[in-house]
Amino acid sequence: MRVSTEWLSQYISLEGITAKELAERITSAGIEIDIIENRNQGVHHVVTGYVKHKEKHPDADKLNVCTVDAGQGEDLQIVCGAKNVDAGQIVPVAMVGAKLPGGLDIKKAKLRGVVSQGMICSAKELGMNDKLLPKELQEGILVLPENTEIGVPVTDVLGLNDEVLELDLTPNRSDCLSMLGTAYEVSAILGRELTLPKPEESLVEVSDSASNYISVSIAAEEQCSHYSARYITGVRIESSPLWIQNRLIAAGVRPINNIVDITNYCMLEYGQPLHAFDADRLPGGSLTVRLAREGEKMVTLDGQERNLEPHMLIIAAENGPAALAGVMGGLDSEVTDQTVNIVLESAKFDGGTVRKTSRQLGLRSEASSRFEKEVDPAAVIPALNRAAGLISEYAGGTVHEGIVQAGSAEAEKKIITLSLPKVNRILGTDLSQLEVKTLFARLHFSCGDAGEGLIEVEVPTRRGDITLDVDLLEEIARLYGYDNIPTTAIQGKTTPGTLSKPQLIRRALRRLLTHGGWQEVLGYSFIHPRQAEKFASLAGESNQVRLAMPMSEDRSVLRTSLIPQLLDIASYNTNRKQPDLALFEIGNLFHSNEEQLTIQPKEQPVLGMLLSGRRGSKQWNVQPEKADFFDLKGAVESIFQYLGIAPSTVEYKADQPADFHPGRSASVYVNLDSGQVKLGTLGQVHPQLQQEQDVEDTYVAELLLDPLYELTDSSVAYQDLPRFPGMERDLAIVVNEAVEAGELTASIREHAGDLLKKVQVFDVFTGSKLGEGKKSVAVSLTFRHQERTLTDEEVGIAVDQAVQALEQSFGAELRK
Amino acid sequence: MKDKLMALKAEALGQLQEVADPAALNDLRVKYLGKKGALTEILRGMGGLSAEERPIIGQVGNEVRGAIEEVITSKQEEFQRKETEERLRAEKVDVTLPGRPLTQGSVHPLSRVIQDIEDIFIGLGYRVAEGPEVETDYFNFEALNLPKNHPARDMQDSFYLTDDLLMRTQTSPVQARTMLAMKGETPVKIICPGRVFRRDDDDATHSFQFHQIEGLVIGEGIRMSDLKGTLLQFVREMFGVNTQIRLRPSFFPFTEPSAEVDVSCVKCGGSGCRVCKQTGWLEILGCGMVHPKVLEMGGYDAESCSGFAFGMGVERIAMLKYGVDDIRHFYNNDLSFLKQFARI
Repeated sequence: MRVSTEWLSQYISLEGITAKELAERITSAGIEIDIIENRNQGVHHVVTGYVKHKEKHPDADKLNVCTVDAGQGEDLQIVCGAKNVDAGQIVPVAMVGAKLPGGLDIKKAKLRGVVSQGMICSAKELGMNDKLLPKELQEGILVLPENTEIGVPVTDVLGLNDEVLELDLTPNRSDCLSMLGTAYEVSAILGRELTLPKPEESLVEVSDSASNYISVSIAAEEQCSHYSARYITGVRIESSPLWIQNRLIAAGVRPINNIVDITNYCMLEYGQPLHAFDADRLPGGSLTVRLAREGEKMVTLDGQERNLEPHMLIIAAENGPAALAGVMGGLDSEVTDQTVNIVLESAKFDGGTVRKTSRQLGLRSEASSRFEKEVDPAAVIPALNRAAGLISEYAGGTVHEGIVQAGSAEAEKKIITLSLPKVNRILGTDLSQLEVKTLFARLHFSCGDAGEGLIEVEVPTRRGDITLDVDLLEEIARLYGYDNIPTTAIQGKTTPGTLSKPQLIRRALRRLLTHGGWQEVLGYSFIHPRQAEKFASLAGESNQVRLAMPMSEDRSVLRTSLIPQLLDIASYNTNRKQPDLALFEIGNLFHSNEEQLTIQPKEQPVLGMLLSGRRGSKQWNVQPEKADFFDLKGAVESIFQYLGIAPSTVEYKADQPADFHPGRSASVYVNLDSGQVKLGTLGQVHPQLQQEQDVEDTYVAELLLDPLYELTDSSVAYQDLPRFPGMERDLAIVVNEAVEAGELTASIREHAGDLLKKVQVFDVFTGSKLGEGKKSVAVSLTFRHQERTLTDEEVGIAVDQAVQALEQSFGAELRK
Repeated sequence: MKDKLMALKAEALGQLQEVADPAALNDLRVKYLGKKGALTEILRGMGGLSAEERPIIGQVGNEVRGAIEEVITSKQEEFQRKETEERLRAEKVDVTLPGRPLTQGSVHPLSRVIQDIEDIFIGLGYRVAEGPEVETDYFNFEALNLPKNHPARDMQDSFYLTDDLLMRTQTSPVQARTMLAMKGETPVKIICPGRVFRRDDDDATHSFQFHQIEGLVIGEGIRMSDLKGTLLQFVREMFGVNTQIRLRPSFFPFTEPSAEVDVSCVKCGGSGCRVCKQTGWLEILGCGMVHPKVLEMGGYDAESCSGFAFGMGVERIAMLKYGVDDIRHFYNNDLSFLKQFARI
């Protein structure tokens, strides 16, 4: 809402307070004002002048030499290039010494040999928003009305000595979508008196009753509680007086003609939208407010034919729809230059109904946005009277006696009982009954006592946002000043501040990985449907969950894996010469088994990891090596170890998960109490995909966090330090290449007895010495007894058992 | 015999004087003092001496041995010193060459801000609560006093999945869920960090995905003054002990009274600068006393209980704290941006 301070000061004195101070006071009381527009953008010494003569410039086809009376005693000779300048006009004249917006100084000048003692100005040159002016005034100089006084500052004539406050209204404060509502607010803030217009007092009616000509009825009471109209005859359609135009322009509304301008003016003043019909184009003069019928059509003011639906509220004349209630009038009954008699409408239409219609038809206007937020029922009649009065004064209309109406303007009195102890209990203040009542008096809310510590407050209908005692509490708080509320600490029971186990584990993962050189990244929850098909094994056999109205196809489905975006991030950084990457993200993936979504999709927290390029940084004396599968697997194993998850709980299966390099990937399974579950996948990205993503060899992993939460064992229990030395034995085992190292170590663990404490693979190689299809796996076995030193014999027996088992199961041979 | 010994001594000391390397020194030691060395050779002749002479010659022999050993030892020490010096010279490094760093990653700056804020509130006795990213219309709106057709729904255009399911537009639904889960028990003291989504075109200050942290306290006798006290403590821990706050009345459907909270500018301290657009203040969060309808829908009696709630944008806080000028940096994941946060 744009509020002209010039206009506002008609209702309340703004003496001694600048627009900036006023804006600050209003802001600190709850309505934010970020923008204050000075309508005078730098116009000095520009006056109104009368063009006496116009002659062609002797040496320039496009220039005119004008003789202008600017009330200075002597006529001025001014050269003007505007096409529309003509003798007999009153125009803005920037005299020698004048200043114009943009820093233009007017000096005496010669144009092609002819002296010019100033400049005739266009609206744009005066710094006005000419988009709000009629087309003809946008193109040439600004032509002022014939009756404009000569020689007076144009800033006065055009209302430029005005500052406009832009109120950024929250949805609850639609009462301030009007000048009067704003005046009430400012009155409460400043504690100053209000002067309200009394339209009914000055209105002159002729005794020929309006009801002789028109009638109204409501056939949709739920959608329209009150419909009122006046009948006005003999109007002259012309421009409205400048003061109305100026105020409309200040409010950002384009002046059209006196009738339309007056309805808009009254809407801005009261917050009550009005509509004028050409009475002679409403056959029979009867108007019915009703819902549209199936298949009904009408042409609206903008020339569009609209197909109406039964939920839409219309004003119907005898020949069909004449207006879409609260949204837009019909073309048929539009006020035109030929209009003589009008029906002026003021009504209360249901907000939800108007909203639905305006949304559906894409027609949103100053009027519809006010109806949507529910207009004040008490303003319907005053606004109607105000407009009738102005039309009588400025359009020569004859107002016929009486208001023709249906429904009722009566709104229930809204009385809220407020408990003073509750006020102080909730706000933490110590206000007295008198202080509270004084605050309500400033708001023009009447108060009465209702027993010990209770105040009865009558809330005016214009404040539809106030329905509960806490709403009144906010009124008290904001007028008392939030700054004046004390600052205290919470009393009562204390509570321990904690993180849950999953939260602690996610933090532990971040700690472990970042300390190990991994960088956390953040992706979006939305991805491209094609991406959602990749690496989606953890989402199971689910359907993609799609947004109803995505902003782009790239971000249209919920992610089923973090890996596709990790790859995007890898490409992005690789393209920026940052190819050495160790990235992770902790986030949710989404899946649903429903074809048509009816319940929330399952959200599963996962850890995604990506490794690419070289491990470690480039150094002057170390050649960094390319990261490989085992760097990634090592990181995953470190996570298990850090979370206290025993290696025996975890199983890696080379089951060729989709989208991975088939020979360098695995699925990870863990044993829960409920059985073995798939925890995740890890491995090299399939070379084909790597190429598509334009990245080098890249390794990715994704692990479900829920099973990790379950398996995490954070109980650290001290174990006796070994008091006796252990014994180590190294074995070089030659087997077929297809045999997995994990099978060998598992077999050794199984058969070497309890003394075996540790098995570690320390070398793997192939070569012609070993024979075709063979490999050597070197393992180191550590044996220890907690109570005594071991003998060579007993260790020898254990090793022999293990070796025998290897020979039997895998055809292994020991390399000597 | 004594003469022989003295001559041997003179010869040995003379040769030792000339010796130039540890190997030659060792050779001389063997030659004179070894088991088959010259000194042993001479002393072997002691068997033919008289009982009077024997101790005298023995003493001379020991003196000669001692003198030679002393020189050998001092020579050995000298060689060792030289060798050490040489080694130290050879092992010298250029200390201005760069060292090998620990590999150090970092958490994402948004995680970092969330953790910082969580830690402040954990210290104040809050629990961290979480909720789903896909919400029902009921929890995202209706339970927060935003019935269908409420004008305030205009404020946030949402990503709907179906008529009833949407990406949450705020973390406030976690409040509603927590209240129901607590079944009327007090006090409730939670903060809820999480992702939220709104249909905004991405630009320097808007992102369709961003993060919020919501706070909720419910108990007997919770006052608006407590809200002010809590927020003041929070901003001082977050932005520094001299930070001031200012509350301005505002509107949120789920609180009444409601306020916007400004902090004194983190850059200029309130004197006015480019960051605060010369106002000295920065808007950082919204808050208010929990609306009685929200309390009641959450299973709390609005007459005996009261509460406050607050919510803030994590990106906004991060941008202010670290001086980041474009919200898109947080989602581009450019390493040269992220690495800047790999430090305390």
